[in-house]
Amino acid sequence: MATEKFITIESSAIPLPIENVDTDQIIPARFLKATTRNGFGENLFRDWRYDKTNKKIDSFILNNSKYSGKILVGGKNFGSGSSREHAAWAIADYGFKVVVSSFFADIFKNNTLNNGLLPVQVTDNFLKKIFDAIEKDAQTKLHVDLVNQTITIKATGESEKFDINPYKKTCLINGYDDIDYLISLKDKIEAFEKKS
Amino acid sequence: MNKKTLFDKIWDSHVVAEVEGGPSVLYIDRHLIHEVTSPQAFAGLDKRGIKVARPSQTFATPDHNVPTIDQHLIIRDELSRTQVEKLTENCNRHSVNLFGLGHPWQGVVHVVGPELGITLPGSTMVCGDSHTSTHGAFGAVAFGVGTSEVEMVLATQCIMQPKPKKMLIEVNGKLGKGVTSKDIVLYIISKITASGGTGYFIEFAGSAIRGLSMEARMTICNMSIESGARGGLIAPDDTTFEYVKGREFAPKGADWDKAVTYWKTLKTDEGASFDKVFSFEAEDIEPMITYGTNPGMGCKISATLPTGNDLTDNDKNTFLKSFAYMGIEPNTKMLGRKVDYVFVGSCTNGRIEDFRSFAAFVKGKQKANNVVVWLVPGSKQVEKQCIAEGIDKQLAAAGFELRQPGCSACLAMNDDKVPEGKYAVATSNRNFEGRQGPGSRTFLASPLTAAAAALTGVITDPRNFL
Ligand code: SF4
Repeated sequence: MATEKFITIESSAIPLPIENVDTDQIIPARFLKATTRNGFGENLFRDWRYDKTNKKIDSFILNNSKYSGKILVGGKNFGSGSSREHAAWAIADYGFKVVVSSFFADIFKNNTLNNGLLPVQVTDNFLKKIFDAIEKDAQTKLHVDLVNQTITIKATGESEKFDINPYKKTCLINGYDDIDYLISLKDKIEAFEKKS
Repeated sequence: MNKKTLFDKIWDSHVVAEVEGGPSVLYIDRHLIHEVTSPQAFAGLDKRGIKVARPSQTFATPDHNVPTIDQHLIIRDELSRTQVEKLTENCNRHSVNLFGLGHPWQGVVHVVGPELGITLPGSTMVCGDSHTSTHGAFGAVAFGVGTSEVEMVLATQCIMQPKPKKMLIEVNGKLGKGVTSKDIVLYIISKITASGGTGYFIEFAGSAIRGLSMEARMTICNMSIESGARGGLIAPDDTTFEYVKGREFAPKGADWDKAVTYWKTLKTDEGASFDKVFSFEAEDIEPMITYGTNPGMGCKISATLPTGNDLTDNDKNTFLKSFAYMGIEPNTKMLGRKVDYVFVGSCTNGRIEDFRSFAAFVKGKQKANNVVVWLVPGSKQVEKQCIAEGIDKQLAAAGFELRQPGCSACLAMNDDKVPEGKYAVATSNRNFEGRQGPGSRTFLASPLTAAAAALTGVITDPRNFL
């Protein structure tokens, strides 16, 4: 699906300083029975957010009104486990535009990019600085610039470069996705079919 | 001349275009879909206002969610029912081949593809399910994809993929009595670990692999991804051609002869290089069983479990957490442990050969009273063949019954759930926490080891009966 164009974002962030957050935690298997991409945000981190009686667990960060924003900051090895794309959908559906971590699982990273969600991989050191800044001020702002591939902590002015595949970057900036691109190759695909 | 591996040959011949700084545009010959990962892809097409580009190259069947009893009745779980209905509606609207519930060709996607001749040597194949690697047994490049990629294939018959690295795993020699292809693959994963294949596509070769039937080869390729690999494949040979010949969607007549001539060229050139090579001896492999919560945590059935003392602190924590979940102590034995459930089925071991060997094993004996046993054929055709061969009667005489086809307790999205804290010996492919139901505990093993547990109610070396 063509996604919203992505150039820069400035927002406060929600910190989740836990390592190895797997896709089963992001969206448990029992919520995979939906037939649309929408509504998964409701069950994002379901078993951390709600107890067995569906009561909100106050101590979980998403239930703490002090924190808000379009950027999710996770610990190392974020998104491991099952390849379910529903994990990326849940995060995007909840309202996040950017996920920051010091390491992402391969397939998860691919899935985020396919859904207009930007994975920003930073160094362990910079990740710690972000967590520290948020701890000092829950509403501290992060600035993400996709064109220049930088992420900046506004309060301190500290900044770091991040990597992104040039093809994927073009897709995000122009708000088009792989399918738009593939559709544009129609003639090439047909020629390929004739040849083989 | 440029020497190529089998994988290179198939991959390179399917590249439509290369994207600068990006992945390859890969043409997909055949596409399988099921009810869980396809609805959002169809919705995407609708939103763009486009149709499925090559409907005759996509094949659909419901499997993940379906009940395994009373399939002629309406599905009780509302969400499961909606997904199955959506699949039917989408396929009808887009003229996609559908083998729905009750259809004589319905079943687990990866069982259905090969038995209908949809899976062919030299082809590229994808499905929104990680165990698509199964089809590599035919010398195909087959792998699992996410829903966005399902949509890409529906829309254009292509996907965008970076080319993986290449690994060769050889298994040479003769397998011992009671040792099956499931034991080979559990052995390999226990050696290279559950992440040892990450970033690679594996070619399996060697005399022990060559000697296997197609069903047995599928079991190995099926589980190749449990090592983290993108997929696995085996060069096609006469065993492959014999299996494919005459199947519904396979080429016929002159097309067949032409196809076989081409398929015979599909092997790794002598001297072609791999990024990584492993070599194992068949004689070293025994019946295997897993004890932990990833498929790499497996051992010989007679072994004493590791202590974890050789691990780093971090890894040891994970190791002990896994033992705690399983309710197992390090340094103990697997043999003799009580079993509550036995599951035979799934795209790993739900084929006719698996039921033949299970039935032959339990013949003249009786099921243990303390175990619940779910025997779930991988497809309608497997079920039919079981009946035609009298396997259902043999099973009934020993106290077992066959259920109806579907994924069932492999991922427990339907009602076949192992209760919290209970132990299951399963012929499926994943032993993750909660995989067979919240709190369930899974020991992965071969159909023979499952049969031995079903007869004795405890983990038993199947060789005791042979
Ligand atoms: S049987 Fe299990 S592994 Fe195979 S397709 Fe079904 S859920 Fe996936």
